[in-house]
Amino acid sequence: MDALSHLVDGFSVALTLQNLGLALVGCFIGTIIGALPGLGPTNGVAILIPLAFTLGLPATPALILLTSVYYGAMYGGRISSILLNIPGDEPALMTTLDGYPMARKGQAGEALALSGMASFVGSFFATWGLVFLAPLLVKLALLFGPAEYFALYTLAFATLGGIASRNQSKAAIAAALGLGIAMVGVDHQTGVPRFSFNNVYLYDGINFLVAIVGLFAISEVFLFLEHKGEGSGGKIELGRVTAPLAMLKRCWGAMARSTGLGFLAGVLPGAGASLGSFIAYTLEKRISDRDGTFGKGDPRGVAAPEAGNNAAAGGALVPMLALGVPGSGTTAVLLAMLLALNITPGPLLFQSNPDVVWGLIAALFIANFMLLLMNIPLVSLFVRVLLVPPRFLMPAVAMISFVGIYGVSGSTFDLLVMIVFGVLGYILRKLDVPLVPVILGVLLGNEMEKNLRRALTISDGDLSILWGSPLAIGLWTFAIVGFLAPVIVGRYFRPRVADEPLAEGADPD
Amino acid sequence: MSDRVFGIVCVLLAGFFIWQATLIETGFIVDPMGPKAFPIVIGITLAAAAIYPIVKPDPRPDWPAAGRLLEILFAVVVMIAYALALPRFGFVLSTAVASGLLSWRLGTRPAVAAAAGVAIAVGIYVIFHLILGLSLARGPWGF
Repeated sequence: MDALSHLVDGFSVALTLQNLGLALVGCFIGTIIGALPGLGPTNGVAILIPLAFTLGLPATPALILLTSVYYGAMYGGRISSILLNIPGDEPALMTTLDGYPMARKGQAGEALALSGMASFVGSFFATWGLVFLAPLLVKLALLFGPAEYFALYTLAFATLGGIASRNQSKAAIAAALGLGIAMVGVDHQTGVPRFSFNNVYLYDGINFLVAIVGLFAISEVFLFLEHKGEGSGGKIELGRVTAPLAMLKRCWGAMARSTGLGFLAGVLPGAGASLGSFIAYTLEKRISDRDGTFGKGDPRGVAAPEAGNNAAAGGALVPMLALGVPGSGTTAVLLAMLLALNITPGPLLFQSNPDVVWGLIAALFIANFMLLLMNIPLVSLFVRVLLVPPRFLMPAVAMISFVGIYGVSGSTFDLLVMIVFGVLGYILRKLDVPLVPVILGVLLGNEMEKNLRRALTISDGDLSILWGSPLAIGLWTFAIVGFLAPVIVGRYFRPRVADEPLAEGADPD
Repeated sequence: MSDRVFGIVCVLLAGFFIWQATLIETGFIVDPMGPKAFPIVIGITLAAAAIYPIVKPDPRPDWPAAGRLLEILFAVVVMIAYALALPRFGFVLSTAVASGLLSWRLGTRPAVAAAAGVAIAVGIYVIFHLILGLSLARGPWGF
């Protein structure tokens, strides 16, 4: 019960006025970001990172703010799914299937309340899962040497496309592009400049925050310009926002099953919240859809995906915190935050900065209760935000992205690089190339190379050290299976999500 | 077709990347692998992965019509101009113009768009600079 005593310490960190305030602000902004179509957890958190960084927040408060946004976005996505039949973010796509029919039957309030409850159950138990599973994973990770880390990073790239991947070659291209970008700048071990073309600005390498905001936020503005005017909101009518007890009782099983499945989907590499909600919905449909009510406004079809995606969001934090290897888009962006603060996640984080980890986890529990309050009694507040037309919102988003990056570096050159990344991100999304491997490559490229070179320095250039331990062999096997499995299994198991036009250029959040 | 072009561009990029990697000057401190090997591995991976879309391209993505493409191009130009204007004209003026232009292209009437631009610029200035204390670009007039 080591974990529990750590958790108590964590609460003493999280329960300061500043941290509580940041959690509250984060939950609020997160719910709005989730509710607004076009802004999801990944690009929402991406825009906020440079801001949190320039505000000079220390590590723990900054992380609390951003993970609250992350959790909040998972809650908020359902609002526009249910009311407008437009998913507020990608993980909420499955919620439209039964949520919108419920709203059309005049049960919008019930659907919102029920999905709020389901979101709470999912993320609450997933946070408990994080408390117990992360320390176990840390114990395993302490056995890793440089060779194992190199294998682990390869594993992360190989599985990032996930089961949902349509085209593994494009995921590999994306990873190689990201790693290539990371190579720009002075080599840390020998001090020679690489790929800098004698440009002073490039000696420091390309700032990953610039790449992230460009790829996710600016490209979103371009996508929006392309589709402007398409899809408009209907009228919003909200009944009483409560769920009858009988309805809750009926959905209890659905929530429990979906929470378990979603958490597992989150922990596994390459499967974020989107896949969590997809699996949860599909399984629930198979188990309980006896009368063919799913898709026509069955409450269980609302509870399952919401519990699933929120549980997956908590699960995805496990590999990110314990191994330093994120498995989804948003956790990759959160990793960028940690790296910007000079904190390397992984086993050492748990040993040297336990206050950061456990303060964060405690804050997540608190955030969950705040979100429950915001998302059931106060939900009409967020419904009003949905009425702000995107033609005012998108320019504001673009400008805030510029403000953040300018605040980090104060250089026009970085702003121009960000625009280049925005265009690149737009083209890659149109071509169906996933963006998350690019980001992960930019983030992990130098660390990956460092471990490889360290391993080879230990063995004096003998490559066999890379598969010299059972652990390393296990990781390599997992990596190869993980890369090849979608090619075979994917044909049968691919989420329908991937085929819908709404999911254009979508990444696992 | 788009995929084929993309694949070919990636192969060319990989070639350029590997060529540049071989030009990296090695210093006198050298570990067994050196600074060249890993970039070359990346280049080879990129080229190998790019062959697949050339051989077996996905269905053509639905590229926007020429008009919409122009809109995007216009937005890119506005953003570049904005980045260059920031240090010269300061945050508030540049932002008001840039966000007004973007809002106009997203379908707002010109007068409303201009007002929205000013509102966005002043709003961000108040929240991020005055309240949160973030340093924004200073123009000749200090804002």
